[in-house]
Amino acid sequence: MSAFNHRYKLKVEALGKSFTLHNRGGVRVQGFENVNFSLRCGELLALHGPSGAGKSSILKTIFRTYLADSGSIRFHRNNNPEVDLASCPESHVLDLRRREIGFVTQFLKILPRVSALDAVAYPLIEIGTDEEQAKEEARKMLTQLGIREELFKLSPLTFSGGEQQRVNIARGIIAPKELILLDEPTASLDQKSSEVVLRLLDQLKQRNIAMIAIFHDQRKIEQIADVAVAIGRNEI
Amino acid sequence: MLLELKNVSKIFGSGCNNCLPETGEQADRAICPVCHSVVAVNDVSLKVKDKEILGVVGESGSGKSTLLQLIFQDQPVSEGTIFFNGIKDREGNNCNILELPPARKAWLRNHEMSMIYQNPHLGLNFNFSAGGNIAEKILGAGEKRYEVIRDQALYYFGKIEMPRSRIDDYPDNFSGGQQQRIQIAKALSSSPRLLLLDEPTTGLDVSVQARILDLIKALQYEMGFSMIVVSHDLGVINHLTDLTLVMKNGSLVEYGLTDQILEDPQHPYTQLLVSSKL
Repeated sequence: MSAFNHRYKLKVEALGKSFTLHNRGGVRVQGFENVNFSLRCGELLALHGPSGAGKSSILKTIFRTYLADSGSIRFHRNNNPEVDLASCPESHVLDLRRREIGFVTQFLKILPRVSALDAVAYPLIEIGTDEEQAKEEARKMLTQLGIREELFKLSPLTFSGGEQQRVNIARGIIAPKELILLDEPTASLDQKSSEVVLRLLDQLKQRNIAMIAIFHDQRKIEQIADVAVAIGRNEI
Repeated sequence: MLLELKNVSKIFGSGCNNCLPETGEQADRAICPVCHSVVAVNDVSLKVKDKEILGVVGESGSGKSTLLQLIFQDQPVSEGTIFFNGIKDREGNNCNILELPPARKAWLRNHEMSMIYQNPHLGLNFNFSAGGNIAEKILGAGEKRYEVIRDQALYYFGKIEMPRSRIDDYPDNFSGGQQQRIQIAKALSSSPRLLLLDEPTTGLDVSVQARILDLIKALQYEMGFSMIVVSHDLGVINHLTDLTLVMKNGSLVEYGLTDQILEDPQHPYTQLLVSSKL
């Protein structure tokens, strides 16, 4: 193992997030507090814990969809200075999202007039890949995830829940990234599709990509995760 | 940095020393209690980088459109400075474009920026044909050869998915959605660095709105210009923009990534706005 592998890809320290609802009389809702963990390249960190514990909120805070109240999220970049995702300028976050940090959300959010193939090819086209080549890679990725070819031209919104989730995963991981956040990537998948997704995640690990994923199923955590972090109320 | 506004304000009326401190977000009003001037834009600073897409949201009367008009110099700025694309003065310092000679200001408006208005009557000359409108912008940007102008006009007409045979028709003879598309062709025909859009799809039915938004997005990706999009429709903002600023009573109350503004709004007014979405 080279010295480089000892470096952290991501280090989350004393991270906290609460929501102040000004139009509900200023009620303060605690999302999570004092969350600490770190992960290295090629590692998958699993977040688990009861519903409402703040797991998804942690991913959204790392992706900067939520603004952290306290703590830091240090992201180590290849050939670039380290950044604190909790506080760096918005334009940095936009660059990072395009090239380095991916997010597979829990539910597919997509325009109803975009085909599955175009939706999956888009992240590659966005970073300058030739359109034909991007579509070829999208075809391969969808096939690998067990989406039938006759569905490629249809809107994923007409697909079943499990198919939608696989399109969502394909979209989230097709472009090369350094860190990928996955919110319950196998939640609505049957055993077989789940296995396919876990194999894909394993391939990403081999490619030295760091991942944080939310899982509910203990067996999946044992199967794929290098580190597991329990999230609960007021504890970690 | 493509565009930078520093402490820009716009006062309609006589104006006095109390105008700025007595209005805005904190004061919760846009009319000066002393001289009764309307403060449309109150001490706004912002930056737009190359290829960045910024959304501006806020209630009617919050100063969104005025802000665009100040950038496009449809209105004179009362206070503040605007820098654009590293334009320098003789000493090599960044130059406030508000102090440029009229000819250079016109060049900026014709060449470097374009505006798409909600009302096509503001963006198009209805006494000229569609092609004539596009040609006017290309002429303004410095091209004088008829053949080149005609070819370019046809090229941009094609870009907005309109049949070439209609290029000599007058704007009156087009539908509202088509008029918006002609405005887009006109705006883009000078290859601007910055496109300003003031409620570009308000009043259009949703199927036409979707086509126009997709067209704008595709052209932005292809041509790489920056955009500032004013809209009160959070769906349009979510679809088009990366960054969003929120205005109230002429003041900037919140700025952030568009998904953060929509999912984790901080300011009470932004929370109200987001929770009002249908």
